[in-house]
Amino acid sequence: MSARFELTRDPRVRHILASRWLPWLLIAATLPFFALAILTGLFGTPAGNRNFGIVFVWVVWWAVLILLLVPFGGRLWCAICPIPAPGEWLQRRAILGPRPGGRLHSLGLKWPRRLRNIWLQNAAFLLVALFAALILTTPLASAFVLLLMVGVALATSALFERRTFCRYLCPVGGFIGLYAQVAPLEVRVKDRSVCATHTVKTCYTGSEAGYGCPWLLYPATLDKNTYCGLCTECLKTCPHDNIGLYLRPPGADLVTGKGHRLDEAYKGMIMLTCALAYSVVLMGPWAALKEAAFAIGTPGWFAYAFVFLAANLVIVPGLFFACAVMSEQISHTTVPLRRLFVDYAYALVPLGLGAWAAFSVSFVFINLSYAWPVLSDPFGWGWNLFGTAQWTWTPYADGLLPYVQWLMLCLGLVGAIGVSLKTARDHHGRQVAAMPIVAFCVLFTLGLVWLYV
Amino acid sequence: MSRIIYRRRLWIAVLTAALLIGVIGIPWPATAAPPDALTIAITARAFAYAPESIRVPRGARLTLTLESLDTVHGLSLDGHAVEMTAEPGRSSRATFVAEHEGKFKFRCSVSCGALHPFMIGEVVVEPEVPFARVTLATLVISGSALAWFWKR
Repeated sequence: MSARFELTRDPRVRHILASRWLPWLLIAATLPFFALAILTGLFGTPAGNRNFGIVFVWVVWWAVLILLLVPFGGRLWCAICPIPAPGEWLQRRAILGPRPGGRLHSLGLKWPRRLRNIWLQNAAFLLVALFAALILTTPLASAFVLLLMVGVALATSALFERRTFCRYLCPVGGFIGLYAQVAPLEVRVKDRSVCATHTVKTCYTGSEAGYGCPWLLYPATLDKNTYCGLCTECLKTCPHDNIGLYLRPPGADLVTGKGHRLDEAYKGMIMLTCALAYSVVLMGPWAALKEAAFAIGTPGWFAYAFVFLAANLVIVPGLFFACAVMSEQISHTTVPLRRLFVDYAYALVPLGLGAWAAFSVSFVFINLSYAWPVLSDPFGWGWNLFGTAQWTWTPYADGLLPYVQWLMLCLGLVGAIGVSLKTARDHHGRQVAAMPIVAFCVLFTLGLVWLYV
Repeated sequence: MSRIIYRRRLWIAVLTAALLIGVIGIPWPATAAPPDALTIAITARAFAYAPESIRVPRGARLTLTLESLDTVHGLSLDGHAVEMTAEPGRSSRATFVAEHEGKFKFRCSVSCGALHPFMIGEVVVEPEVPFARVTLATLVISGSALAWFWKR
């Protein structure tokens, strides 16, 4: 932890982050684009590559999210995401300033204890992923998904306390949280002994300065990025100036070995499998697979859905479990197999992020030029607002992309090997026990290399 | 970081760089001379090319003809200045020399429907030297990462 640098040591940075205007301005900037994405999805052209709702959500936003925000900012997107904003504003009966005591207007129900995990997020992501061929290409379906998310977020904020939707339901938030562990940015308490003597815990309960942690976290116990939405409320409410924003080595959360859970382990496997599945189905040359993924309700789609779900829930976790068993056999450890399986699964976090970056970079750079025409003609109604409506499709860096993809895969693989060895050392001291996990990661990477290069 | 670990990691970095340069720069055995000319007919229909994957030897003078069975489709080949458009009853052709080995995707360049961005095929110029090099490089990097993170 010695290699951390506190950004909020600079009073100007602290002042900006502690301002109530910052999150409001960021959300106010994204909200019109989000609303336009829904409107164009509902009323614009059904041609996806001519529709703002498809191009700006699934190409531009996705590129910014997976290639920049998540790897470098963790949950930074969650701080500016417009989806929970209406519900949160209604809860607060305020858009900007804190209400006295930070009181919230909702039924304030507690989320059921059994569901305080990310299993529902895993299920929601798989559901969206299963219909991805439709959602990524059909404006109406895309708008429906966005509206559904807003609706569920609104209903959840009316019934439950704080950002229950973001914490337990959002299908996007689940994987952002998982991969936020890689990011070189964290909000952490400076000195836990100060928190121990602070009996009021305004960071959790709220104060005149701001709201209690919307993410239902007690910052003093925060030791990984997974559930911290970087909303900076705790910087506002801590009366002792005891919370800071830090730069840190990338992947710092993954080597602490703390807070490992089966639901997060499964999320890592689902994300990895989906990156592979999309690379094969969407970006591969096999048209029959694309048609099966798109033709919902047909026998081909049911076969696709069966294989897709089996790969995500049984085959890949099963293969990984077999690797964990081999690791156990090599090490003769007394650590329970389930613990080994879960802990080793965190090696899939950098591997999966690398795989998603590699998949996304080809999809994004090939299709980014569709963004210029839809800026001028978001609905596809023949407008030409900025004179770019007739700009033709041009794939960017198409000759270089396979090598950029390979580089991203290798970065993920290096991180995965580092986490695997650290896990083996932590459990039984025999690093050689990590070899089956390393072999799994290398073979997965080579499989994607074969698809791309 | 202790001096011993620093020195060890320096050696790992140097050795990795040397091996990667070797993997990238090592001459690949020459293959048989390619045929003078190859012509391959590609048909396009909604979101599918046939054949989906084309394998040609390096150096071949390749002529692609594109015929569309339903609506207007295009074909743009990654890494090459090959751009074709066809509509039912009006095919098009393009000729180029497959100078570089590797896998090159071709994509529909004319908006043709929902799955248009995913209408993809590939030309594989053999031998697949880039894949072999990148595979070896991946194994070198894996070995180096193991050595880097391994603690004595």
